[in-house]
Amino acid sequence: MAATETSSSNPSLFYRLFFDKELRSVTIQVITMALIFAFFFFIVNNAITNLEAIGKGYSFSFLWDASNYDINQTLIEYNSRSPHWRAAVVGLINTLLVAVAGIILSTIVGFLLGVLRLSSNWLINRVVYVYIEYVRNVPVLLHILLVHGIVVNTLPIPKNALMAFEGTLFLTNRGFYTPKPLFEPAMWAVLIAFVIGVGFTIWFKGYAKKIQDATGKIYPVLWISLGAILLFPIIVFFLAGLPVNFEYPELKGFNFKGGLVLRPEFVALWLALSLYTAAFIAEIVRAGIQAISHGQTEAAFALGIKPSRTMSLVIIPQALRVIIPPLSSQYLNITKNSSLAIAIGYMDIVATIGGISLNQTGREMECMTIVLAIYLAFSLMISAFMNWYNKRMKLVER
Amino acid sequence: MKLFKTLAVSAAVALASTSGAATAGTLQDVQARGELNCVVTTGVAGFAAPDDAGRWAGFDVDFCRATAAAVLGDGNKVKFIPTTGKTRFTVLNSGEGDLLYRNTTITMSRDADLKLTFLGVNYYDGQGFMVPKALGVTSAKELDGASICIQTGTTTELNLADYFRANNMSYEPVAIETNEEGQVNYLAGRCDVYTTDASGLASTRGTFDSPNAHIILPEIISKEPLGPAVRQGDDQWADVTRWVLNVLIAAEEAGLTQGNVAGHAAKAGNNVDINRMVGTEGDFGSMIGLDKQWAVRAISAVGNYGEIFERNIGVNTGLGLARGLNAQWTNGGILYSPPVR
Repeated sequence: MAATETSSSNPSLFYRLFFDKELRSVTIQVITMALIFAFFFFIVNNAITNLEAIGKGYSFSFLWDASNYDINQTLIEYNSRSPHWRAAVVGLINTLLVAVAGIILSTIVGFLLGVLRLSSNWLINRVVYVYIEYVRNVPVLLHILLVHGIVVNTLPIPKNALMAFEGTLFLTNRGFYTPKPLFEPAMWAVLIAFVIGVGFTIWFKGYAKKIQDATGKIYPVLWISLGAILLFPIIVFFLAGLPVNFEYPELKGFNFKGGLVLRPEFVALWLALSLYTAAFIAEIVRAGIQAISHGQTEAAFALGIKPSRTMSLVIIPQALRVIIPPLSSQYLNITKNSSLAIAIGYMDIVATIGGISLNQTGREMECMTIVLAIYLAFSLMISAFMNWYNKRMKLVER
Repeated sequence: MKLFKTLAVSAAVALASTSGAATAGTLQDVQARGELNCVVTTGVAGFAAPDDAGRWAGFDVDFCRATAAAVLGDGNKVKFIPTTGKTRFTVLNSGEGDLLYRNTTITMSRDADLKLTFLGVNYYDGQGFMVPKALGVTSAKELDGASICIQTGTTTELNLADYFRANNMSYEPVAIETNEEGQVNYLAGRCDVYTTDASGLASTRGTFDSPNAHIILPEIISKEPLGPAVRQGDDQWADVTRWVLNVLIAAEEAGLTQGNVAGHAAKAGNNVDINRMVGTEGDFGSMIGLDKQWAVRAISAVGNYGEIFERNIGVNTGLGLARGLNAQWTNGGILYSPPVR
């Protein structure tokens, strides 16, 4: 009302830009945007000007020079003659490894804790409550240092390694060593059996649904799938005459040689990140389950649906809609928190290209740009996946 | 609060550096500010670390104080900026620091590519290995297959990779960001060996509960001439800081000490070298934009090179470092300052 009066009685555009209710909001937005752009333009321009002033260009050509340093955990071929970009890839893979392993473990532990937190057993309920509150309220870096300290200080040095399962597992403060499986050619048969099993499961799921829709008959889909995916390849494995050998770890000189090794840095980072994030996930899961009104359960029971099916068909699908969005944030957090790896010497992307490479080449802007781009890409990929999953789980109104 | 502070600082730095061409040189900036911003480590006992009273002390710290005394007339007018190996050059190049005294190895790429100007060597060092005595190792050649803790952020990784490759040995590197966490790993037996510059090893060993249970192996696998640096492009400031370093070394050679410098400055004696340094002959201070008393102030503040060495890292300190290469050239070392004349 006031706005229209003002605009009709005062035709000056300049006046209206600031005092007309509708135009004013546009004006403010335009000015704010202009200021933000000016700010970033100034920052970027300033960096470029100053880099030029001290004669340092912005070039990524150093990535093809020999890195001149070694990395202890390399999942791809790498040595000190490899170029810097390869060191970056080694770091990237190590980051991915700990992030993915962390996401899996934290999800399992988190869901478990979340359900236990709702347990009617007073003791379980309280113990989980105390755990969650303790873990959530201490910074994750301290957890990492604590777990690492425990692993490094309590486990023995290789000479006095703890042996378990008759020489198949050695526990030391330099890592957990297990035999490494070496596959013989016949292993292909097992792999093919596995692929067939997966293919069968996909087909069978569709078939079972069709039958159920048509006749109401329910097949034990889970058990048959498990049989096809796991049991079938195992039977083939035995029929092929156990086509696998093991390379056993052996103490030679200072360290164990051979076998597979889980280094204390990885173990500490993985456990600390997972257990920390699990506490947050537990609370998210609890919130999700509690968000579903009890009336839903009662209604399902009244229809004669079994309790287990009530959980899997009524409660969980609805709870997931509440759980997934905040769960995505936790997955992003675990990925980003993995950059704390450098504190205990785990060679992730920050420690390799963002650490040693940066230091040896002095290309801080370039190295940091790479690290930034990688984290951004990784986070966006997780977000995209979780958004897709969220859409799939969304309530479909008919 | 911290964000605000950071923003304020970056804005200030940005303003200062965009208008850099118009302002005077670093010397004038420091004098106008009344304080020298000296870039040091986050803490290496003996070289640069806060003491029990929270006051910065150490070998590198004393050179900062000597520079402040020469430029500002007071060795306490220094703001120490602790930096990690990663941030030191950025802090210097951004203009936040005026002078870098941080166990920094002089290399061609740092001099040319990172746009630094090195002023000279204040400590001749080399990378070494420390092992527990109980291990029974007496030479680095016996370290095939060992786990080695490295303090990252230096040229250490490169030397180590080159040395083991040249000797056809394998090793497991454990690269760790800080000296403290590196020590924890080494003492817990996560690594067999700890490697960094030999001076750093001595410094680290000095902080152990039982320093005698560890030995530093005889092999020195690299040349690490440690020296101060300033930003490239300000020759006057480079001259001032370079000659403060030189005069401290020359003072030891000439026998000019913290105790006798005031006496020499009061009256010209027969030793012309000393007369030139203390300003009773010629006017060398004005050549670098300072007054005649510049060297007198620097030496009275912290003493000559030998006094600084013995007080902080010499044989009677926890580090127990012998002069070795760092003795004067007249005493079998390679310390050789250009003459003040």
